[in-house]
Amino acid sequence: MTRDEITSGLAEILEEVAGVNPDDVAEGKSFTDDLDVDSLSMVEVVVAAEEKFGVKIPDNEVQNLKTVGDAVSFIEAQS
Amino acid sequence: MSRIDVVVTGLGATTPLGGDVASTWDAMLAGRSGVGPLTQEWAGQLPVRIAAQLAVEPTEVLDRVKLRRLDRSEAIALIAAQQAWADSGLADSGLDPERLGASVGSGIGGALTLLAQDDILEASGPRRVSPHTIPMLMPNGPAAWVGLELGAQAGVHSVASACATGAEAIALGLDMIRSGRADVVVAGGTEAVIHPLPIAGFSSMRAMSTRNDEPEQASRPWDKSRDGFVLGEGAGILVLERADHAAARGAHVYARLAGAGITSDGYDIVQPHPEGAGAIRAIAKAIADADVAKADIVHVNAHATSTPVGDLAEIKALHRALGDHPVLTATKSMTGHLLGAAGALESIATILTIRDGVIPPTINLDDPDDGLDMDVAANKVRHLDVPAALNNSFGFGGHNVALVFTRP
Repeated sequence: MTRDEITSGLAEILEEVAGVNPDDVAEGKSFTDDLDVDSLSMVEVVVAAEEKFGVKIPDNEVQNLKTVGDAVSFIEAQS
Repeated sequence: MSRIDVVVTGLGATTPLGGDVASTWDAMLAGRSGVGPLTQEWAGQLPVRIAAQLAVEPTEVLDRVKLRRLDRSEAIALIAAQQAWADSGLADSGLDPERLGASVGSGIGGALTLLAQDDILEASGPRRVSPHTIPMLMPNGPAAWVGLELGAQAGVHSVASACATGAEAIALGLDMIRSGRADVVVAGGTEAVIHPLPIAGFSSMRAMSTRNDEPEQASRPWDKSRDGFVLGEGAGILVLERADHAAARGAHVYARLAGAGITSDGYDIVQPHPEGAGAIRAIAKAIADADVAKADIVHVNAHATSTPVGDLAEIKALHRALGDHPVLTATKSMTGHLLGAAGALESIATILTIRDGVIPPTINLDDPDDGLDMDVAANKVRHLDVPAALNNSFGFGGHNVALVFTRP
């Protein structure tokens, strides 16, 4: 799976869970500061991403996933 | 010190009869039933397959992402509060948020969320349980969401007194303003528990009507052939405001919330006191608190849920507390029983009766019970000048709440 494919998969999740416009989702965007995803929604994003990409994202890893790019890299490395 | 007067300056509701106050009131005056068949697959196995479901789904009003975080009871409380707030004209009034409170209760709470998330837990395990579960099911959720939406900082409270909840939340709002803790309180009740478990629970108590083949005739307070209440869902919200605060901003005033009486039976967890002792005391306290005479109360919007015992116990209590002059109605004949929202919705009906001089009908009262020795607006509206009226609410647990509204 390419980084672009992972990004667009995350964009779908973010739209479903938090109503984020998919056009706003890019690797450099911060989940909290740019995309307005709060902590509870972030939990939903993580669980949905685990299911979608078939990966495990441990809770202690989530705090390091500040940007969409961080998440893409983590998922890319796991899958 | 002269007492602080409290008035009603905004109304909001979403009910089985309409998505707002105006459509609900029109339907009440037309004598329309909001009860219908439950067509969901799960209903097939239940002894009760009728309910009064919302006329307008929350999905038609609130956006999808917001609704993901809201239990249905929270969503409809929010919808009703938004309407009431807009109606009050307070949004641009410069009201200090520290003088704004909320008092919104629910009889059962976020049961739909609890049950749906339990299904997920059983089927898919704990990690799939939504992180929004707790704020969606917590009993203070509706009050908290309403407070958050309006930025209320004078205190957000959630009364729980079963089917007296909506009325008691309004009474608490009155106290908050009278005691100087707030200038404005958004107050009312909400309920959304149309689901097999609550229905099975009430049904096992033999409290619900099983007139499944005639849904619109099922809720029939005081009629000889009544066989229990019909579950309804909805929310009703009032904006309560210190009278001089409302006057200073030139607000439209619907009515005065003149007084409240709250008592507890101390008798049984579900049965009302056989002589209605607690209800009688609540009514007496409300009229004393309102500083009106018994004779002034010319109309009562009764609790009357269509149960064999409760309907007559209330008649006895009204007779003892007020005499036989008031004209009664039971709007639950049309709306079903909204449990924790009932007292709020019926307060709205009482207020609009005062405003319009018309009492909505008690439908399905075809063959009045022999014990009904008071005048009821049966099956037709009754035009009557109503300067003061009473609204009764009683709840499992022995809660009795009476509210008195008067013309401003």
